[in-house]
Amino acid sequence: MSTEASRAGEPVDTPPADAPADAAGTDTVAATAAATGTVTGTPVDTVTGTPATGADAPLVVQERAAPQRRGELLLEVDNLGKHFPVTSGAILRRQTGAVKAVDGVSFSVRKGETLGLVGESGCGKTTTGRMIMRLEDPTFGKITFEGHDITRMSQGQLRPLRRDIQMIFQDPYSSLNPRQTVGSIIGAAFRLQGEKPKQGVKAAVQELLELVGLSPEHYNRYPHEFSGGQRQRIGIARTLALKPKLIVADEPVSALDVSVQAQVVNLLEDLQDELDLTYVVIAHDLSVVRHISDRVAVMYLGKIVEIADRNDLYERPMHPYTNALLSAVPVPDPSQRGNRERIRLQGDVPSPLDPPPACRFHTRCWKAQEICKQVEPPLIELSPGHQAACHFPENTTVSATDAVAQSAVAPAGGDLPAAPVHKD
Amino acid sequence: MADKSKRPADMLDGAPTTVEEPGRPPTSFLEVRDLRIHFPTDDGLVKSVDGLSFKLERGRTLGIVGESGSGKSVTSLGVLGLHNRRNAKVSGEIWLDGNELVGASPDQVRRMRGRNMAMIFQDPLSAMHPFYTVGAQIVEAYRIHNDVSKKVARKHAVDMLGRVGIPKPDRRVDDYPHQFSGGMRQRAMIAMALSCDPELLIADEPTTALDVTVQAQILDLIRDLQREFNSAIIMITHDLGVVAELSDDILVMYGGRNIEYGSVDDVFHRPEHPYTWGLLGSMPRLDRERSERLLPIKGTPPSLINLPQGCAFNPRCAYSELTDGKSTVERPELRETAPGHTVACHMAVERRRRIWADEIAPKL
Ligand SMILES: Nc1ncnc2c1ncn2[C@@H]1O[C@H](COP(=O)(O)OP(=O)(O)OP(=O)(O)O)[C@@H](O)[C@H]1O
Ligand SMILES: Nc1ncnc2c1ncn2[C@@H]1O[C@H](COP(=O)(O)OP(=O)(O)OP(=O)(O)O)[C@@H](O)[C@H]1O
Ligand code: SF4
Ligand code: SF4
Ligand SMILES: [Mg+2]
Ligand SMILES: [Mg+2]
Repeated sequence: MSTEASRAGEPVDTPPADAPADAAGTDTVAATAAATGTVTGTPVDTVTGTPATGADAPLVVQERAAPQRRGELLLEVDNLGKHFPVTSGAILRRQTGAVKAVDGVSFSVRKGETLGLVGESGCGKTTTGRMIMRLEDPTFGKITFEGHDITRMSQGQLRPLRRDIQMIFQDPYSSLNPRQTVGSIIGAAFRLQGEKPKQGVKAAVQELLELVGLSPEHYNRYPHEFSGGQRQRIGIARTLALKPKLIVADEPVSALDVSVQAQVVNLLEDLQDELDLTYVVIAHDLSVVRHISDRVAVMYLGKIVEIADRNDLYERPMHPYTNALLSAVPVPDPSQRGNRERIRLQGDVPSPLDPPPACRFHTRCWKAQEICKQVEPPLIELSPGHQAACHFPENTTVSATDAVAQSAVAPAGGDLPAAPVHKD
Repeated sequence: MADKSKRPADMLDGAPTTVEEPGRPPTSFLEVRDLRIHFPTDDGLVKSVDGLSFKLERGRTLGIVGESGSGKSVTSLGVLGLHNRRNAKVSGEIWLDGNELVGASPDQVRRMRGRNMAMIFQDPLSAMHPFYTVGAQIVEAYRIHNDVSKKVARKHAVDMLGRVGIPKPDRRVDDYPHQFSGGMRQRAMIAMALSCDPELLIADEPTTALDVTVQAQILDLIRDLQREFNSAIIMITHDLGVVAELSDDILVMYGGRNIEYGSVDDVFHRPEHPYTWGLLGSMPRLDRERSERLLPIKGTPPSLINLPQGCAFNPRCAYSELTDGKSTVERPELRETAPGHTVACHMAVERRRRIWADEIAPKL
């Protein structure tokens, strides 16, 4: 049974209410897909991936190279969680609760792949990254890097791996030593590895500076003498100097103007091709994420709610939160002001101190039903490579042959409310 | 620089923008005239802002975009009088509500700040003290300008944290900055800035650390504030989507100067400066097909110690040959090309418009 609610005012090819689920390959295309005018041709033999049966569906089906699936697994994260204790009392500090910053996330990244990680601010993206880096000890779960369980490795055991996993920090200023010059900050990365570049450290650092769009004359300057975007590039240059295998990049380009951003994105892509680097890119800019990622995971309040191949996610977002996110992306075209439909989420952002039970999104979801407050929707594959955790996903019809998927997706009892779209 | 406007070739480019008589108070709410902010360093003088002029009325929003490192943040710190006079050389005029700030005493500026103006800083962590709780910092900021008890100020702080979307504000008000996520720190900063209902709000990348749904919420909040208090807003951001949605006018900066200024429609739909074209062409857009490769502006940002001769953009400009050699010799002045739309480029107006229409616009 189709369980999607369509956006008001959009041409939608809806199956008759009594149509059997397996026959009705409905395709409600999200606003973004309608704008780009395409839907990726996922493997055609799957019911879910098939374009709309109605000939008048507003779709242009276009084959695109499937995101690369080559390479072995580099990183595996299994049911990972981090709870920060909350204490109170000035003298005798007692634990009175816990911030469930990350609460059971699982994903894997292949060598040479880029996974985008997006989601609400405060949903646990940075904390996830810090746990992968082992800068934060997981409360539970498992992290496997190149086949080694690194979850509980001591700092001593980690040392040989330290170089392989690097992070570009969200807050570049706090991660740069204010008393060191740029030259010695980046140069330290070479010394750390005992590497002696043949052109000399200084020249190598200056090359890196140029690579990230800074100039050699910046070698002797201190971090406070730089603009926000320049500091970010110092961080990127330092990371690249270490030649890691995995880079967790936390908002690597958000502080940069669009031209330098394009330069850094191209640079990250070139280095990936050359050195077979693997990236986990955390970012709020959904257009950058679409550009750079092979797959994208969407987090909400400590959990992954949807994960899919890039095109799939942007063209057929299934989780209501993902739909809300995509609808809120500001459009760089002033003539679109006022005729853009934005899903406005009602209610407050819930606190990770005590997240709502069952589906964590139910306090703000326009489709929420009784079951959403009682049964947590599992993150399951609803079409090939496309997982979502929702009882009433958008843009999908569950294949009747897929018993698991069907049992997870509750039958829609009549019409579900449409998204609360708002024109600004 | 000498006034070159009498040369016939320049007449085509329209009249130079009127230069107000220095020292005379303007009619605009905020007017910046020929602002220069230079930093002496061991390598030479860094000319971060070098002859910037613009105006802003109450109730309007000015979007400032431009290269990272082009002087946007340095300008806003200058307007707030936050530069240390020992290592920054500030000259020019900044008129806010009839008062000139560059020549004013630090005391005067401090009084203006907070009552009249507030800033949301780009880097929330460096703007917040790590040893004090978030709440204590908002309380302090609020009490500087409001004669209220600690208790009242605390209630106000909790209230503001709630309005910027911090969940359970009554409990999180006692957290330290490091216990907040990046986006929450940013929202705490916003709460602090908005808590004194400023007449001029300078927001430096206020929403880059936020997800787009919270961003939309904050932009609504800023819009509400503007409606309620008729505030003037300077919105500095790299997100051209945010600029397009919020600004009335846009100022494009390059190398410490204003190189294009106009209404949001002028700058997005009829831009005339090659740098602006480059900006519009290099962003990835969700409302377009995904491109295989992004197209940055070629070359590297200019050195602010030795700005290129002539037009600062000339080493990177594909059209510098079209100006009879002027691009590499003479710094182009801002000239009006249409009412309210000014551009600093030597290319003839007709030519710029043709290039935009034939070569640039179709590819965006
Ligand atoms: N050291 C800490 N102590 C207590 N709580 C913490 C700590 N570090 C993070 N948190 C909390 O954990 C949650 C997740 O934080 P995290 O920084 O991972 O979010 P994020 O997804 O990166 O957000 P943003 O997009 O805003 O950067 C937040 O509620 C934050 O306040
Ligand atoms: N204290 C200082 N000493 C020397 N140079 C400085 C100092 N502060 C800023 N600068 C330089 O001034 C220029 C302008 O900096 P500013 O922070 O205004 O850039 P911005 O336009 O805000 O860039 P971004 O978009 O990256 O934030 C930069 O090139 C920077 O290196
Ligand atoms: S499970 Fe229910 S509440 Fe949760 S996202 Fe899906 S429809 Fe909304
Ligand atoms: S003045 Fe010359 S170099 Fe500068 S933008 Fe115009 S054409 Fe290009
Ligand atoms: Mg973060
Ligand atoms: Mg800045």
